[in-house]
Amino acid sequence: MTGWLQSVLETAGPQAGRLLPLWRFMLVVSVLVFALVIGTLLWAVFRRRRGEPPSERRMTRTVVVATALTVIVLFVFLVLDFAVGRALARPPRPGPVVIVTGHQWWWEIEYDDSLPQRRVRTANEVHVPVGQPVVFRLQSADVIHSFWVPSLGGKMDQIPGRENRLWLQADTPGVYGGSCAEFCGHQHAKMSLVVVAEPPEKFARWYDAQLAPAAAPADSSAARGQRVFVEGRCAMCHAVEGTPAGSNVGPVLTHLAGRLTLGAGALPNNRGNLAAWVVDPQRIKPAARMPPSPLPPADLEALLDYLETLR
Amino acid sequence: MSSRFRERPGPALLLGGLAALGATGCGHEARRFRESPPTAANVAAAAVPGRNPYEGNAWAVAEGRRFYEAYNCVGCHAHGGGGMGPALMDAQWLYGREPAQVAASILDGRPNGMPPFRDRISEPQVWQVVAYLRSMSGLASRYGVSTRQDHMQYELQALPSEPRPPAASR
Repeated sequence: MTGWLQSVLETAGPQAGRLLPLWRFMLVVSVLVFALVIGTLLWAVFRRRRGEPPSERRMTRTVVVATALTVIVLFVFLVLDFAVGRALARPPRPGPVVIVTGHQWWWEIEYDDSLPQRRVRTANEVHVPVGQPVVFRLQSADVIHSFWVPSLGGKMDQIPGRENRLWLQADTPGVYGGSCAEFCGHQHAKMSLVVVAEPPEKFARWYDAQLAPAAAPADSSAARGQRVFVEGRCAMCHAVEGTPAGSNVGPVLTHLAGRLTLGAGALPNNRGNLAAWVVDPQRIKPAARMPPSPLPPADLEALLDYLETLR
Repeated sequence: MSSRFRERPGPALLLGGLAALGATGCGHEARRFRESPPTAANVAAAAVPGRNPYEGNAWAVAEGRRFYEAYNCVGCHAHGGGGMGPALMDAQWLYGREPAQVAASILDGRPNGMPPFRDRISEPQVWQVVAYLRSMSGLASRYGVSTRQDHMQYELQALPSEPRPPAASR
């Protein structure tokens, strides 16, 4: 997917900002070492052989100096790596806590809160307030995934049966792309998420809107769509708060229409793509867990009308 | 060439046997993510003579097992041991053990609590669940069944020695 920032080299937060100089330093040193090794090799190949071979002692000295240089360079890397890792290990101050659970092949998002009614559940899209550290509690429901938003920070594995923690902070408002960074099956490549960084007051508004259950359908077509959703197949896997649909197998759809993407970054979210996704997801994302749903056209239109009201 | 094979059919038989073996081996692992066209009519048609197109296919059985949990069959039948609903891993089949009969139980429900799932679960998924259900009590080929299960399993060797109720009492 294009349209948002997803690059290690264009940083938007303190995590990625501290990693980038380290990355640049390692790149420069590695390039120098590579040039030195290849240059020496070429020199050894092409130089004219003259007279006696050098003494055993001189050769030993050369090997010792090269080994010592290698050890020193690696040790400098180690120390710098340790220093940066330590500086980034803990968030500077408390902030929102987001539980991200990896599924084949989508992300379940839940904002932690001590009050159960203040917990927001969504999927494939994380909103964060600008300038605040956000703690991500990373879990997995099936296989090993890896959570990576390159413009904001380093990657962290999501391992079944345990929890890893990572904190990220966005300093400039914007949309940042993320990907699964550990091969996790057929649709690993189409397992993306977006992080939307917005000013704190806008984030608070978004958060309160997400807490609300889905609005009752306004017109007859949307009402019919809701019946198709609740009484048909959709409700077997998907939940919409405020309706009897409460299954927790697939992504929660309470505020689907407000999201940027469909199918965990597979498609931009619009009516046409939504129809294509509902009718035959296997054409767009083969092996995705959602089965094709060959709905009669009138039911499909009504369902789309209903899903578009889920703002 | 052909005359030589006619004289000594050994190599031809061997080749044919290997090809057949290869074909069945592929069938165990084949993955069909969508029926084409995505209407399930072709699946139902193939299943009418009492044969489940998914039976013996490892991927389909594993999918059936996933749906068995996702659609909350475990809520009543547990992992085959039964609970509110009857056990599914024993040799007793209240409504018949043929794939079509099991599918009918899922699609249309049965008295005393089994709800109908027609229009709620896509038909290919129903047949995948059927393949898993029959593998639970050892009716399906064991080559299509995953050996890695976290819950209780029927001992495949010790199959249908279970005493059945006398015919008069039924």
